[in-house]
Amino acid sequence: MGEIVVVTREGTEHKLEAEAGRSVMEIIRDAGIDELLALCGGCCSCATCHVFVEEEPGQTLPEMTTDEDELLDGSDHRNEQSRLSCQLIYSDAMDGLCVKIAPED
Amino acid sequence: MPYYHVLIVGAGHAGAQVAVALRQRGFEGTIAIVGDEPEPPYERPPLSKDYLSGDKSFERILIRPVEFWSQKKIDLVLGVKVVRVNPKESTVVLDNGKALGFGRLIWATGGTARKLSCAGHDLANVHYIRTRADVDHLSRALAGASKVVVIGGGYIGLEAAAVLRKHGKNVVLVEAMDRVLARVAGEDLSRFYEKEHREHGVDVRLGTLVDGIEGRDGHVTGVRLADGEVLPADLAVVGIGIIPAVQPLVDAGAKVGNGVEVDEFCRTTLPDIFAIGDCAAHSNRYARGASIRLECVQNANDQAATVAKFITGTQEHYDAVPWFWSNQYDLKLQTVGLSTGFDDTVIRGDVAEREFSVIYLHEGKVIALDCVNATRDYVQGKSLIGKNIAGHAAALADRTVPLKDLAKAI
Repeated sequence: MGEIVVVTREGTEHKLEAEAGRSVMEIIRDAGIDELLALCGGCCSCATCHVFVEEEPGQTLPEMTTDEDELLDGSDHRNEQSRLSCQLIYSDAMDGLCVKIAPED
Repeated sequence: MPYYHVLIVGAGHAGAQVAVALRQRGFEGTIAIVGDEPEPPYERPPLSKDYLSGDKSFERILIRPVEFWSQKKIDLVLGVKVVRVNPKESTVVLDNGKALGFGRLIWATGGTARKLSCAGHDLANVHYIRTRADVDHLSRALAGASKVVVIGGGYIGLEAAAVLRKHGKNVVLVEAMDRVLARVAGEDLSRFYEKEHREHGVDVRLGTLVDGIEGRDGHVTGVRLADGEVLPADLAVVGIGIIPAVQPLVDAGAKVGNGVEVDEFCRTTLPDIFAIGDCAAHSNRYARGASIRLECVQNANDQAATVAKFITGTQEHYDAVPWFWSNQYDLKLQTVGLSTGFDDTVIRGDVAEREFSVIYLHEGKVIALDCVNATRDYVQGKSLIGKNIAGHAAALADRTVPLKDLAKAI
């Protein structure tokens, strides 16, 4: 068990327990934060679980696939910190990761 | 009698999302969701994919964690069915005899799996894929089965066939029409998926009618075809569409055709009664105004948003671009727009490379894209919907020309 920090759209910070093997999308959803639509349920078919990631030195995130990259391109809010949280499968290398929920498209 | 300011009937994507959206928009009235299954709201699309394959547990397909609903003061009234709607009294009657009063009623019941009616339809091991219970039942039966006949070559049948092959079952897929996906896609896509399934070992039988299910001691032993051939089977999986679950609204006097008819705010013809999701027949701009039902998460979610906005004082017409996905083997299909009624197609990319899009046209305008392992086209193609591509067919077919550049140029 590790921890991630989630910042909601209006700026509230939540520290959430994170279990290896679960996606950041699932961790956020299962904590009852309902800002993520995550409509496709995490199969990388929509872009409704968009977050901005503040990666700290020492943290390693899963590589971005082409599909994820292309889906993010459809968002008006994409920046260099953008990820789809369903593709961020939590591992110990992500302990302490801070993600901010992106505005809805 | 309990009374709710908003009473939602149906605990699928649409019903869950309208409750979530109402609370997000600050609605403070009482809300209940009535569902005929015992489970809290869960995602249905994985039933024929990751849940059937065992890759995802049930907890992982819950739309929200169990505690969420009570935290948001949304009552879940589960395992009961609404059997009567009294629009004059603003009440509903449940199948346990109890009644509930409402200020506004949101009908989000979706549909029930269309059942076989042929001889042998009631044998054990004739399975459907619509509810969690259906799939749990099927999964238990699969443990002892090696030969499976899938009846129906729509998305549910094809996705099920892909999972069954992954599990090493012998699969025959029987489709009445002369191609798979006949109701939802053009021939190019149909032939592609037919070939893929054949290459993955599915015995695809097209233009083939089922005459009956044969059995012994109450269990399926085979599927008898119209030409007399009997396909040996340990079980049958049936995916032949859904029937909108709207009878109580029909009885209450709502206008119902192919689904409950709703206006641009998802209002039925009965006062204070809305309908959303798979069961709602609405005029859709992407079908050139035709009254249609859409069976997909996009429509469930966006109609839920329309109603939540309406109830909280924001009147915005339902006018969302349809999108859809299907995962089979290593193929990721993503669809945007509606292809129904197309009069021409352009193939973009190389079908043989398994990365391509079918672009559907109607009177020269793009109406939909079916994108196979081509997420970029899916994302960028959205901006092409409704555009007249006269003179640009060559660029459209060329995968090196990004669709977003083309959309800007037109």
